[in-house]
Parts: sequence; C-alpha cells; structure tokens
Amino acid sequence: MDRLEGKVALISGGTGGQGSTEVKLFCQEGAKVVFGDLDDEKGKSLEKEVRNSGGEATYVHLDVTSESDWQNTVSETIELYGKLNILINNAGVLLTKRLEETTEEDWDFVQSVNSKGVFLGAKSVISSMKDSGGGSIVNISSIAGLVGRPWSAYVASKGAVRLLTKSIAVQYGPNGIRCNSVHPGIVSDNSMGELTLSQFPFSEDQLLDDTPLKRFAVSEDIAMGVLYLSSDESSYVTGTELVIDGGIYAK
Amino acid sequence: MGRLDNKIALISGGTGGQGTAELKLFCQEGAKVVFGDLDDEKGKVLESEVRKDGGEATYVHLDVTSESDWQKAVSKTIELYDGLDILVNNAGVLVVKSLEDTTEEDWDFVYAVNTKGPFLGIKSAISIMKKSGGGSIINTSSMAGLYGSPLLLYGSSKAAVANLSKSVAVQYGAYGIRCNSLHPGVLEGTLMGDDYLDDTEWYKKRLSQVPLNRMGVPTDLAMAALYLASDESSYVSGLELMVDGGMFVKR
Repeated sequence: MDRLEGKVALISGGTGGQGSTEVKLFCQEGAKVVFGDLDDEKGKSLEKEVRNSGGEATYVHLDVTSESDWQNTVSETIELYGKLNILINNAGVLLTKRLEETTEEDWDFVQSVNSKGVFLGAKSVISSMKDSGGGSIVNISSIAGLVGRPWSAYVASKGAVRLLTKSIAVQYGPNGIRCNSVHPGIVSDNSMGELTLSQFPFSEDQLLDDTPLKRFAVSEDIAMGVLYLSSDESSYVTGTELVIDGGIYAK
Repeated sequence: MGRLDNKIALISGGTGGQGTAELKLFCQEGAKVVFGDLDDEKGKVLESEVRKDGGEATYVHLDVTSESDWQKAVSKTIELYDGLDILVNNAGVLVVKSLEDTTEEDWDFVYAVNTKGPFLGIKSAISIMKKSGGGSIINTSSMAGLYGSPLLLYGSSKAAVANLSKSVAVQYGAYGIRCNSLHPGVLEGTLMGDDYLDDTEWYKKRLSQVPLNRMGVPTDLAMAALYLASDESSYVSGLELMVDGGMFVKR
C-alpha cells in the first residue's frame, strides 16, 4: 500500500465525511497529509486518530474563502514536509434552493466556498508545485456540475469548478501540473448526501431506480477515484472529468 | 496484495503494444488473464514470458470480428479459470484516409474490428457476468471518438464504441455490470503511434497541442484500465476516461 509514497498532500474540508475518508486513505497509501477545515476540535481529534494508526497527518485551520488562510496552510505544509505534490479541493457546501428562493447572500456564500475556494487553493499551491517540478490538483465538482438540477447556486458553482479545472490543466500542464475534476453522484454516508436525499424532490426508491448500478455511493468510492488522480498512475491524465455516479450521467 | 486478486480478465488485442502492457500489469496485480490476438506465435511467446515472471496468463486465438472466436475465448476462460470478471476490448485498427479516399472495404474493415469487435465481445461475456453477479467491461475508444477529428473513419468507429459503452452501462448496471470507455490521445508504442511518430512535422505539431508536453505511453492507459477493472471503481459506469495529456481540453 504505497501508491502515494513520498508525496505530500493538502486536503481542504478534511474533517467531513468525504474529506476524512480521503485523509485516511492517503495516509494508508504512504502520503504525508495536511488537512484543513473550520472545526478545530474535530480536526485535532482526527489528527490524533490518524497518527495513532501510524499515519502522518497534520490539521490546520482553513477557511477556504480566505486567501490568507490558504497561504498560511501552504507555508505550514512546506515548513513541515518540505514540499507539496497534491492538492484536493474537497471543501464544499450544498444549497438546494430553487432560483426564486435563492437570495444574493445565498449565492455569494455558495460561490465563495465552492468556486472561489477552489480558485484560491489552486492559486496558493501553484508556485510550490512549479518549484517541485509538477503536481496534481483534484477539484471536487459534482454530477450537478454536468447536468441541470433545480439548485441554481450549487449547480452554477460546480459547473464553474468543472471549467476552472480545464483552464488550470491547459495553463500549467507545461509545468508538469495536472488538474482534474471529480463528479460524485449522491454519497449516502456523508452529511451532504444525507441533506441531498432529504431535499430531493423524489423518493430514495425513485432515485435508485434511476441509477444503473442501483445503489448510492459511499465516501470510499469517491476517495478511490481521487487516489487514482493524485497518484503517478494518472500522470498522463489532465483536464478530465472523473464521474463517479453509478452510471446516472450516461443515461 | 494485488489490486486484481481473484479476478479473471479477458483482453483482446493482447499481443500489441497496448494489450501487452495491460496484460502484464493485470498479472502483476494478481489477475488471471486470458488474452487473444491473431498472431499465434507472438501470443505463445508472450504467454511463456508472462508465466516465467510468475504471472498466470493464457493465449487464445481471437479474431474479434468472429462471434465464434469470441465464444470459444469465453468458454476457454471459464474452463481454465472458472469465471470472467473483466473484459478489456482493446483490439483495434487505424486507417488514415480522407473521406474521398476511403473505400467501402476500408469502412467495413475498420468498423468490423473497432466497433463490431467490442459488441461481439460484450455479447459473449454478458451472460457469465450476469450469472456471477457482475463484472467490469472496458472499451478502448479514442480521443478521436469525441470530437471532429480528421481521422473520420477511425474517429467515427471509436465514437460508436463510446456510445455503445454508455448503453451497456445503462442496460446492465442492474446486474452489477459496469462498462466504461478509455480515450487515449497519442500513445507511443501502440497502434496510434509509431507510423506517425516518424513524421517529424506531424509529431511536433501534435506535441505542441499536449499541455503535459509529452506523448503517452502504454503504461498510462494500462493504469487507467487497472483503475476501471478493479473494485476501486465499483461506482463508476458509463464514464469516458480521457488519457491524453490534456489534449482534448486544449483543442
């Protein structure tokens, strides 16, 4: 289990269901991980848990909408581990309001976390990645970044991530920096998935009926895709969309 | 521990540059592999080479345009290894001609190998996969199957493969069968490579279109096939996985 041996990774939104699965998997695969989030108590306890099971992980406070938080996080990563090879822009918020119900504040909040957060993260790591001869940036978009869902602000923010990803891939490919987006369907074992299911205008049975593989995702499904894109196994993959949705998008 | 332990795979076009890379990687990861192709002498040599390295692989004669060859290949796989979990439709041919120069024979030949081949392969494997509770089918399409490439004959045959994959994903997802397509850019050491790589002008022009500033190698595609073949991607179906150094997003 050494698919990320020698790599240093930075993961935003690291204390949530999806982020913590990624932190643990990356450590198991030999990476040194810095993970950021807002809840410091939860972060410290996850750090301890990972270290107790032999992983090398460090929690930092990271509000993804703050450029100075990002800069501090990257500095701390370099200080601790000497370099930065992988950035996972995992932090995100879900808002299921329809267009008429979405306030300007809602819009600004969702865009600032889901879109500006990814922009600031990528901007903050680019020069370190250039220095170390390349790197892999993985942005978590959504199936809602590919198809219409009745949640205007969320869908727009995730669509923006999809194309920001391609723009980074084209601009920084010559520096050996790869950038790809991951598009999960409904992940039932994290808080966002639970919220999605409770807000969806269809029953769970209907949703499953519409899903070719007849189940919802679990965090590990997404983390395994993120692992592939982070490792050197995908060193010729950039600008692509990794859809992990049980086949819904193909329908 | 291998990523394909206890899996049984069937790979078409197994003696070519791409097929050989997949075959060897799958064996290293613990799979038992049956591989088919047209050149029996080359196939037998490769079989003994893989076995010497401790891999479990068996060559069979397989013309992918022949339904009876496919049926024999599947029967042989069941007889030898008692199952079939992974099918890699890798065999393909490349003909580069303008529309006016493309003969009806050219058309029929390229479609027979590139499009009918995967159809027959899937059709031959589907019932055993249904019985064993699922499987993973990987079809080799191309970047040229996704945009208006000057390779009209090759590109359109590969576009059919991309759509066939999605259709299979939707139809057979309920049986636990996943189906995804791979979309390589220019890979050195394969079908889509070597004739063209000698053309310095062409090579330079193509290379300038690749953000990652190199051509691919068979390992790049084999690693992607491994991800799609393994249970790590058990929620991924109907996906187009680009392995093209970012060429598709830069076009």
